[in-house]
Amino acid sequence: MKEHVYDTVYLRGKDFEEGNVLFETWDPNARYAWDTGVGMSRFLQELKAGRLVGAQCSGCCRVMVPPRMFCEHCFLPTDAFVPLQDTGTIVTFSLCYVTWDMIRIKEPQIPIVVAIDGASPGMGIMHLLGEIEPDAVKIGMRVQAVWKPAEERTASITDIAYFKPLEQGGSQ
Amino acid sequence: MIRQVAIVGVGWSPFRSITPSISYKEMMYEAAVQAYRDAGIDPRRDVDSFVTVAEDFCEGTSIFDEYVPDQLGALHRPMHTITGDGIHGLAASVMQILTGRFDVVVLEGHSKASNILTMPYITAFAMDPVFNRPLAANPVFIAGMEMQRYLAETGTPLDACGQVVVKNRGNALINPLVEFGAELTVDDVLLSEPVAEPLTRLQCADHADGAVVMVLAAEEVAKTLTDTPIWVRGIGWANDTFWMESRTWGQAGYAYLAGQMAYRTAGIKSPRSEIDFAEIDDVYAYKELQHLEALGLCRPGEAGMWTLEGGTDLDGEFPVNPSGGSLGGGHMLDCTGLARTLEVVLQLRGKAGQRQLEDVETGLAFCWRGVPTTGGAAVILSN
Repeated sequence: MKEHVYDTVYLRGKDFEEGNVLFETWDPNARYAWDTGVGMSRFLQELKAGRLVGAQCSGCCRVMVPPRMFCEHCFLPTDAFVPLQDTGTIVTFSLCYVTWDMIRIKEPQIPIVVAIDGASPGMGIMHLLGEIEPDAVKIGMRVQAVWKPAEERTASITDIAYFKPLEQGGSQ
Repeated sequence: MIRQVAIVGVGWSPFRSITPSISYKEMMYEAAVQAYRDAGIDPRRDVDSFVTVAEDFCEGTSIFDEYVPDQLGALHRPMHTITGDGIHGLAASVMQILTGRFDVVVLEGHSKASNILTMPYITAFAMDPVFNRPLAANPVFIAGMEMQRYLAETGTPLDACGQVVVKNRGNALINPLVEFGAELTVDDVLLSEPVAEPLTRLQCADHADGAVVMVLAAEEVAKTLTDTPIWVRGIGWANDTFWMESRTWGQAGYAYLAGQMAYRTAGIKSPRSEIDFAEIDDVYAYKELQHLEALGLCRPGEAGMWTLEGGTDLDGEFPVNPSGGSLGGGHMLDCTGLARTLEVVLQLRGKAGQRQLEDVETGLAFCWRGVPTTGGAAVILSN
């Protein structure tokens, strides 16, 4: 009995050049428009107004951000939106030297998760950090949102341009 | 079966052509809350496992199962997602209970079809990329070809396909859960715009959004939760070949095989006399006829005349799609089979309102996975 179903074939560059190895290509046309619904719509509308908002669970009293219409721990509907500050503390970060189409870059992107002031511990939003030397980023660093000008906001997470380090003595 | 399994709770978010006011998560939450209230359970305490059905391309999010637990109360609990129709999910849920390791399992399916902007292209992803996709034709042509062959092989008159639409959209008029109810004539249907001849626009179900959640329980638990358990007596599923170049175009082989498996597990010898009514995939009108024949509910070639004579009407000898089916309620992607199953449950509970059938004890739900597939699943329920 043969070890493999197919005999082993070693391919050379020539096999590709001469069309001995063939491909079929396909360009996807997959477009969506997700209904953001009650909870997320309110969050996005508030972003457009330059504010952050969370949702409070009537069971465990957690203030959740991004807000949602139900608490995943208590399985209860949330019944109140709570205004939050646009400052917070870095939970974790990375220095990313490749773009998402895999191009190497010299100045890294700095994705962060920020625990937002006013929300329950450990709850925050994911964004990018700017106005900082990469080697100065630390877990626990205090940061603040840099908002786009009001006329450029579109009710999107990118209405916050990025977060920047909070100056010493900034609001808590 | 080695252990009896019952549906003890059902919930839904109404089936609508668009649902811009709520997200899919909120839709699922709405259905889940209703199902848990119906079953009298707390999902954070009483559920052993969760099963959902979803197709990543329909969601626009890959590894979609990651996005499911919160709104079902399934956080930190065993759960998994199946890329199949809701009745495939039902089969998976039943099997979990049959293992003896799980007593209460929750099943969820939903559709946010209105959020897909390029639906024919998404459907085309299911076609073979080498042999079929390069032809760059809207996949609905597959239904047109299948219908052509079915009509030719069986001699079914076109009028019968038209009557399926008239019946189902008529039934939908008295079903508050759905919104494609309409008073139509056979001519309205057959003279509507051609889509992929002989298929006309009104013979194709529009898409709908919605969600269905069901709570399943092992016999001993089911009896403590409800006085009206709906027993899963038999379940079956099967696929035909994917080859469009050599499939059985006229007959739905997958429906025959799925039906036989379901009948075998339910111990049903004569489906027509042992089953009282059915909810059967009718995403295209001819499919209801083709599926009726494949499921052995009438002889090959008879479904058309049976329908024209009113045998499958709401007050006929064997009502088919009393809910209005997909033609009356919308094609709900992988939730379609659960929409069919939901109606069977409501009918068997005697809670189908104005469309309630009299003296029903056993019903069948059957789903097909839509073009270009040759896959389907059947379930038989009794009260």
